[in-house]
Parts: sequence; structure tokens; C-alpha cells
Amino acid sequence: MLKGLFNVNRWQRLLEALPEYYIPGFLMTLRTALCALILALILGVIFGMFSTSRSKILRAISRVYIEFFQNTPLALQVVFYYSCLPILLGGGGMRIPKFVLGVMGVGIYTGAYMSEVIRTGIEAIPKGQTEAAYSQGFSYMQTMRYIIFPQTIKIIMPPLANQALNLVKNTSILAMVAGMDLMYFTDSWGSNTGYFAQAYFTSALFYFIICYPIARLARYLEIRAMRQPVGKRLLEEVNADGGAN
Amino acid sequence: MAEIVRVENLCKNYGDFEALKDINLTVNEGEKLVIIGPSGSGKSTLIRCINYLEEPTKGKVFIEGKEVNRKNHREMAKNYSAMVFQQFNLYPHLTVLENLTLAPIKLQHVNKKQAEEEAFKCLKRVGLTDKANMYPNQLSGGQQQRVAIARALCTKQKLILFDEPTSALDPEMVQEVLNVMVELAKENITMICVTHEMGFARQVADRVIFVHRGQIVEEGTPEHFFTNPEHERTKAFLGKILH
Ligand SMILES: Nc1ncnc2c1ncn2[C@@H]1O[C@H](COP(=O)(O)OP(=O)(O)OP(=O)(O)O)[C@@H](O)[C@H]1O
Ligand SMILES: [Mg+2]
Repeated sequence: MLKGLFNVNRWQRLLEALPEYYIPGFLMTLRTALCALILALILGVIFGMFSTSRSKILRAISRVYIEFFQNTPLALQVVFYYSCLPILLGGGGMRIPKFVLGVMGVGIYTGAYMSEVIRTGIEAIPKGQTEAAYSQGFSYMQTMRYIIFPQTIKIIMPPLANQALNLVKNTSILAMVAGMDLMYFTDSWGSNTGYFAQAYFTSALFYFIICYPIARLARYLEIRAMRQPVGKRLLEEVNADGGAN
Repeated sequence: MAEIVRVENLCKNYGDFEALKDINLTVNEGEKLVIIGPSGSGKSTLIRCINYLEEPTKGKVFIEGKEVNRKNHREMAKNYSAMVFQQFNLYPHLTVLENLTLAPIKLQHVNKKQAEEEAFKCLKRVGLTDKANMYPNQLSGGQQQRVAIARALCTKQKLILFDEPTSALDPEMVQEVLNVMVELAKENITMICVTHEMGFARQVADRVIFVHRGQIVEEGTPEHFFTNPEHERTKAFLGKILH
């Protein structure tokens, strides 16, 4: 494969193929990833909260969701949506749009991981916080909103960013069901021309363009999460201290 | 005097363990009640049942004649009681001022400006107006507990519950918190206070109850406890904490 890597002619061909193959693939991957991320976050918050609720039923529901989707391969899940879901939904000849398939597949799958991240984040907040809120008369939802989530968010942002990273890379599974994503076009152009080196290097570059900023973001959030908030002092105090300093 | 809290036949079990056994207690408006007792005797459980942080297994709690139950306890907490915890439990993501104004703004629907004015008044009472814009982690333990007291004051409740407010503090910070509480005791607020600070009890308490193994064993004025406690358990306990 590496033989033709430095063949200028092949790179020339690749450049010509960019608008038709790589750009639409890249955009599809980007769109899918973005929407799947939103879906995963919503599922993560809902099932993360379920896992920490007092209701046994809600906890059981979230357990089933999390265990099922974490412990079966994403590829199987996507193939299932592709081939079985239309039948289950009734319409024999019906096809689920590739974009929807991608968002569902990767979103629901990553949502299971995000639920776990959010659960551990909520559980990391000391019980005294909830008690203080309840003693003031806050309801469960108000306690979550004003007291628990704002503290949780700092802890969970770095692992959530890592999940987002995995999500982007996992969208490449769509190629299996002709998902019109970056990986699909990579395979397609590669096997059409036989220029696999060009095909895959370019593809990697495009994935890298999305993933690297997210990885940097994750690192930044990690550093920021370790800092404690620092408040400004009131003017009087600064003045009072002024003489001493 | 009007009664503000009534506890009737209160029992609390944890599994097979009876943490509270048939407690009966009334507290009058403006009264300062101090609860003492050995570790694990059920003092925290008792005051936590009053604001329903613990759900009673049996028996009833009334505040101003209204029964506190599973349905209305948030409402009751919002309208009648505040609590000061051993571990302060300030909200670390909010500034001191925000800690004080959160409940008034979100629960009692006071507008922000008014809530902040009130918060500054409360901070003044605990001597910490200069710390309004700091975060809890920038304050000493004693200062944090004073902020927690100010937070309790800020919702203007008639009843404040204290669960060992000085036990988590370094010795040199205990007094600043007690001073604030002594000042507070001069007002008509009802205080129910679990503490082992007998000096404080002597100074402010109208009544002291001694809890042992989930029961109220002895009850009386602070003087009674200092001069002639009756029960053997009480004598043994006081012997330990007074020396
Ligand atoms: N959530 C719980 N589950 C099981 N047992 C509990 C629970 N909370 C309290 N207990 C038990 O109930 C008893 C009373 O506890 P409580 O916290 O009321 O004691 P306390 O008098 O406040 O003690 P301390 O002075 O140590 O704070 C203890 O024996 C404790 O082990
Ligand atoms: Mg206790």
C-alpha cells in the first residue's frame, strides 16, 4: 500500500476527488457527529438522573439501557437499526435515512457511556449539598438544577469531551451500511482507484481535524476542573488591606 | 407561649435498629432548646426528623400545628425551618452572597436587589459583610459556619435547627461561632440545638434534654444539669464532657 504514497499523479487525482468524495463525506460525518452528540447528551442526562434517583424502577430502566448498549458492539446495533427496524416499524420497503441511522446508532450508544459519566458526577457531590438544599425547601428538580448540576458539570466535562471524541471516530461505523460518511467515501474512492495510501491518509487527516480540537478541549477542561473558584474581594477590604501591603 | 414544634410518639428505625424510641417533645415559640447525649444516641436523627431530612418510621411531627408529612415537607421547610449543619454544607460553586440569596430568590420569590440587601443585613449580624463576594473555600471553617448561620437567617424562619455547629471546627474558631449564636439567642427565633458546648447551653438554653439510646432520659434547665442531674446516665455523660 505504501508503494504509491509519493506518487504525485495519485495525489493529483485525490485533489480532484475532494469536492465529490471527501467534502460531502466530511460534512456528513460532522453533521452526524454533532446531532448524535446532542442526542447522547440528552440521553446521558436523563438516564444519569434515573440512575441516581430514589425510584427503583427508574434505576432499573437506566441499568438495562446502559448495560445493553455498552455490552453489545456498535456495529451490530447499527446493522440492527438498518435491517430490522424498518420491519419492526411496519413498512416493508421503508428505508431509514442514513443520516438518521447514524445519529441514532452512535447517539444511543454513546448516550449509555455518558449516562455513566453523569451518574458518577452526580454521586461525587457530597450528600450534605442535597441535604442543605432540602432543608431550605428546594424540590428534587430545583436541587439538581441550582445545586447539583452546576457542581457536577465541572467534574464531568473532561470525560464527556473524551466521549465526544469517541463518538466522532465511531461515526465511521456508518460506512458499513453505506452511510455516505467520510469513511464510506474513503473506502469507495480507494477501491475505485486502488490508491489506498492517498485515500486513507486523507481520511485520517479529516478525522484529525475534528478530533484534535476536541482532545485539546478535554485537556483544557481537565486543568480547569482542578482549579477552585476565586472571588473578588469587596472594595472596602482591598482598601483596608492597602496600607499593610 | 405558643408552641411551635410538637413531636408525638416519634420512632425511627434503620432496619432492625431503633434509633429513636417513642419520643415526645414540645418546643415553644422563641424557646432555646439544647439537645445533648452521647455519640450515636439519636440526637441528629431527632432534629432531622423535624425537617423531614429523615422520614419518621412512626409518630408525628407538627410545626405550628401542621403535620409535616411526605407530601408537604418541602413546603414546610420552605416556610418554617432552616438548618445549620456540622459540615456547613455551603454551596461551593456560589459566592457567599449567592449562597444567602439563592433560596429567597428562587423559593420565596424576593427580587434580587431586596434579597441582596437582606443578605447584607444577615452578613452584618455574623460580622462578615466584607466576605460577600468570596467563595466558601476562601474562608476559614469558623467563617464558613457563620455564613451558614447567615444563610439560615436570610430566609427569616421562625425555627432554626443546629446540628453540632461547632464540632467540625478547630478549637480557636469555636468561640466566634458561639458568639454569633449567643447574639442570635437574644431574639425571638426558636432554636433547637444539638451541642456539647455546655457553657453555651448554660448561657442561652431555656431547657436542655438528654438523649440516650433513642430516648429522652432527662430534661430540665441548664442549672439542673449542672447542679443535680438525676439519672446515672446523665451524670456519667456530663462527667465526661465537663472534664
Ligand atoms: N442512615 C442510617 N442508616 C443506619 N443507621 C443509622 C443511619 N443514620 C444513623 N444511624 C444510626 O442511628 C443512631 C443514631 O444516629 P445519630 O446520627 O442520630 O446519632 P447522634 O446522637 O447524632 O450521634 P453523633 O453525636 O455521633 O452525631 C446511630 O447508632 C447510627 O449508627
Ligand atoms: Mg449527630
